[in-house]
Amino acid sequence: MTVILNEGDSAGTAGAASGSPVDAAPDPGKAMTRGRLVLIRFMRNKLALVGLVLIIGMYVLAFVGPLLSKWSYDTQDYSAFLEPPYADHIFGTDKIGTDMFALTMRGLQKSLIIGLLVALISTTVAAIVGAAAGYFLGYADKALMWVVDLLLVLPSFLIIAILSPWFRGKSWFLLVLMLAAFQWMITARIVRGMTLTLKEREFVKAAKFMGQPARRIIAKHIVPNMASLLIIDATINVGSAVLAETGLSFFGFGVQSPDVSLGTLIGGNAESATTFPWLFLFPAGFLVVFVLAVNWVGDGLRDALDPTSTRVRKREKKDTKEKAA
Amino acid sequence: MAGFLLRRLVNYVVLALVATFLAFTLASVTFDPIGVLQQRNPPPPAASIEAKKRDLHLDQPIPQRFVTWMGGVVQGDFGRTITDRPITDELGRRIGVSLRLFLLGITIGILFGVLLGVVSAIRQYKFSDYFATLFSFILLSTPVFVLGTLLKMGAQGINNSIGTNVLIFVGETTPGFQGNWFEHLGDRLQHLIVPTLTIALGQIAYYSRYQRSSMLDVLGSDFLRTAQAKGLTRRKALFKHGLRTALIPMATLFAFGFGLLVVGGTFTERIFGWFGMGDWLVTGISAQDTNVTATVTLFVAVCVLFSGWLADVLYAALDPRIRVN
Repeated sequence: MTVILNEGDSAGTAGAASGSPVDAAPDPGKAMTRGRLVLIRFMRNKLALVGLVLIIGMYVLAFVGPLLSKWSYDTQDYSAFLEPPYADHIFGTDKIGTDMFALTMRGLQKSLIIGLLVALISTTVAAIVGAAAGYFLGYADKALMWVVDLLLVLPSFLIIAILSPWFRGKSWFLLVLMLAAFQWMITARIVRGMTLTLKEREFVKAAKFMGQPARRIIAKHIVPNMASLLIIDATINVGSAVLAETGLSFFGFGVQSPDVSLGTLIGGNAESATTFPWLFLFPAGFLVVFVLAVNWVGDGLRDALDPTSTRVRKREKKDTKEKAA
Repeated sequence: MAGFLLRRLVNYVVLALVATFLAFTLASVTFDPIGVLQQRNPPPPAASIEAKKRDLHLDQPIPQRFVTWMGGVVQGDFGRTITDRPITDELGRRIGVSLRLFLLGITIGILFGVLLGVVSAIRQYKFSDYFATLFSFILLSTPVFVLGTLLKMGAQGINNSIGTNVLIFVGETTPGFQGNWFEHLGDRLQHLIVPTLTIALGQIAYYSRYQRSSMLDVLGSDFLRTAQAKGLTRRKALFKHGLRTALIPMATLFAFGFGLLVVGGTFTERIFGWFGMGDWLVTGISAQDTNVTATVTLFVAVCVLFSGWLADVLYAALDPRIRVN
């Protein structure tokens, strides 16, 4: 996801500098590099741009927003209990008089950090494990494939929920590790498949015959050649990690109090949503818009990085291909 | 063919066993039912704690506990809940509730999802296609617990504007409802509409995306052009030759979608107060009940694996190319 943010930063400046980002023809005197090509393709996708702006905006809002508000999540306004939104409390207040804007921002912070960390960790693990399994084959490979099969049978939601009594009262970072531990398998399988073909390529063989250690070949020659896939995967993973976290927190199996996430806010207020809609609508709205934005950016990145791809998504494991669009 | 299906079946049975063993072990390690008991106020006498420990076989090692439990399962006895009630009696009732909740939702979801996908593909890049794409994008980014709660709010709004409770969104039937068979059916339908919509909408969005891409693949194929060249009307060619082929890759999705619905259905069941299998998972984990958790896991594993097996069979039935003699 940092990768994406960097992309976005450079997207903003370079796009403005080159003048017409829609024009695919390179500026005279400026060589068309792959980076620029990807950038131009990405900028052409309006929805992806909107998504990118939304994502950056939400990260900024989550951390700057609380500074601008005069209410804090741990102070109560005893003159306003369960008030609908008005000028003083723009998102309303809950039943003990806490400002919903401050609470929502705090939840947003936690959810976004969890999403980012889980995506980074799981994509890194997927790249390392998948490349190693594909490169070395043998028992490591067999074990990996078996674990992937097993996890299809045992959904991660179920396992983390079962383990939840164990991390109750401990750091939320355990939840991050847990979510990451169950999100890398399918990507690892794709990475493994790509490694199988990459390792037969001339440059890998050349490096091998020159006496490079396997560790170095994987890090320098195999993983960089899958950068596109990994960037897309990390992006999509931010969205699915946030969804997984909120889903678990909805039942109290995820983020534990005193920490607050979008999931705990939604879960805690879903019951009263019909009578006090603002308690539910604001956290839920942020969640949906964030996931939507991540999906748009993920699609835009896929089109930009790999226009010939058959759009193989994590959940489009097999059999489905999309030709156009 | 029969040999192939039989081999797959054996493989699936082993996977289901391992998955259940894993869930049982994890639950036994993390759950602390005695701790829950000890925290009661007033604290129960030491003798009854000892008795409970014996009842739950906590003095035995975990693998032995699993073998004891599994031995019962083979004979149709799933053990007792933490409150000492037989699980087997409740299991049948809860499976019934889950099936009654999901059957209609899945059927509607598959039918309309396929229809929407086909229409989008045939009218690619028309307004309807863009609209369907946006609709599915938004729905796919909306987690079930948000969608369910939003629909609940909508139903409340409709009820308020009509003045009577037409759409009931709590439970499966009205408690103490009096009337003949027909009125009972009406009462059940009133309870079914909102939860069914919750399940169906997500499924429609999900399936329509895959159906669209798989239909697009078929639309460009030679055999469809040939069929029309031989004099078939476009409609007949599309539905008799095109749709049939485009449905083949969808079979896997339908089957697995069914298997995983039990976990996904947890949210729907909890939000609308249906006491099915998904609800049982949450209550089982909250009560730190190993037997209930293992039973639900076994059910999920059997569902997923049966779906996987069903997908194999469906594939063989639909696709003449992989029919092995």
